[in-house]
Amino acid sequence: MPLPYYVSPEQMMKDKAEYARKGIARGRSIVTLEYGEGILLVAENPSTLLHKISEIYDRIAFAGVGKYNEFENLRIAGIRHADVKGYSYSRGDVTAKALANAYSQALGNIFTQDIKPFEVEVLVAEVGDANGLKSEIYHILYDGTIEDERNYAAMGGQADEIRRFLKDHYRENMTLNDAVQLGVRALTVTQNKTLTERDLEVAVLDRTKARRKFRRIPLEALSQLLGTAR
Amino acid sequence: MTVNDERWRSLFSDYSNSSFVDLLRRESPHLVPGVTPAPTPNVVEPVHGTTVLSVRYRDGVIMAGDRQATAGYQVASRRIEKIFKSDELSGVGIAGAAGPAMEMAKLFQTELEHYEKVEGENLSLDGKANRLSQMIRMNLPAAMQGLVVVPIFAGFDEKAGAGRLFKYDITGGRYEETNFDAQGSGSKDARDSLKKLWKRDMGRDEALRVALEALIDAADEDVGTGGPDLVRGIFPSVKTITRSGFGDVPEEEVRRVCEEILSERTRTGNGA
Repeated sequence: MPLPYYVSPEQMMKDKAEYARKGIARGRSIVTLEYGEGILLVAENPSTLLHKISEIYDRIAFAGVGKYNEFENLRIAGIRHADVKGYSYSRGDVTAKALANAYSQALGNIFTQDIKPFEVEVLVAEVGDANGLKSEIYHILYDGTIEDERNYAAMGGQADEIRRFLKDHYRENMTLNDAVQLGVRALTVTQNKTLTERDLEVAVLDRTKARRKFRRIPLEALSQLLGTAR
Repeated sequence: MTVNDERWRSLFSDYSNSSFVDLLRRESPHLVPGVTPAPTPNVVEPVHGTTVLSVRYRDGVIMAGDRQATAGYQVASRRIEKIFKSDELSGVGIAGAAGPAMEMAKLFQTELEHYEKVEGENLSLDGKANRLSQMIRMNLPAAMQGLVVVPIFAGFDEKAGAGRLFKYDITGGRYEETNFDAQGSGSKDARDSLKKLWKRDMGRDEALRVALEALIDAADEDVGTGGPDLVRGIFPSVKTITRSGFGDVPEEEVRRVCEEILSERTRTGNGA
């Protein structure tokens, strides 16, 4: 019997990581910013029907970059996790932390056990309530690495450049208007074209809303926020 | 890979992927209400006795319910809530055994929200009404043991641009009513009252008054229905569902209209 080729585990992981990173780098980026009244998510996404940002639970939102079918699966798994948990305990017991851990486990297992790793990065954001509870932003990479981010986060092809830009320009307690403009500027910092409201998907976790904090910002409102309304 | 492959089958024939109830049944069957009926029938008297009603008016529908729960001849609770928001554009009013009914309302709420989040859009009003039918049918074994749940369901139909309301029987049968309906032990009296007072194209204030008149009539005739409680300050709960969403009618306003109705009845003797 011929021996199978030997590939060192180190080499195998390196190859997989490179493969996943390449896939993600092809995708367009997403930025997340904390602003005065909550958390803002801005994605470059010309499709109005296939979302990259969506609602998971009352205070929790999800965003994914990379391969659509892969992060869509993760999104639905997240909604299921949250809804079953909220139904069997109480709505307040559903946390971004538990969900981010579940994503991290799932992506970690897929990365080590499957031949093909997921080419995605996902982000789980939870808005704190008005009485001083901190907002939480978790960023989970293709290999299950999990990071908690403060104030802002970026993922996708140009994430490093965007992070550098936000490091210099981010301010606390911005208005929604300022936050949207900063988010869009961050997305365009690495490219020479400008983005109009038609190229963007924008949503917020707005802590002033009643139970479900997630709200998409529709086209007309967005063009007003960007100052391009006619 | 052929179309008969296992993976294809699970992707395309598993059409209930956006249903929370099916998810629960698959993954946590112990949490699904109504699947294990009590072994002996009629051991304890279940908590019920209620009037909930729904009235269609110009902008949508009004739902109203009394606040009292009874166990046999005893008042079990004076302030329970019987009208629940099921999503932005619909609500359920529950009648029957309080425990299973409230659990059903909670499950129905989660079901609609789950669908909306997974699919990215709302179920149609008919879809919601049908889903509730199936949940009532799931409760049939328990209903045969006396734990009956019969809600009314009302909402604003965006396609039709009008309010619509549905009533149910214990087998999950669903019947659409055009103008008004009531459910619960005082429902007959409330319906009689609505039959005389309901008019086409009523405004919000008039519809509110009609709904409260009917609830007060029901409380008058039915021992299981609680009337406005002036001593403790407990008044019926009233909600409106219109194009702009599900809203509470403020308690102050309900109190004022109830007091007007009662004082007019005292003054004229009408309805006494």
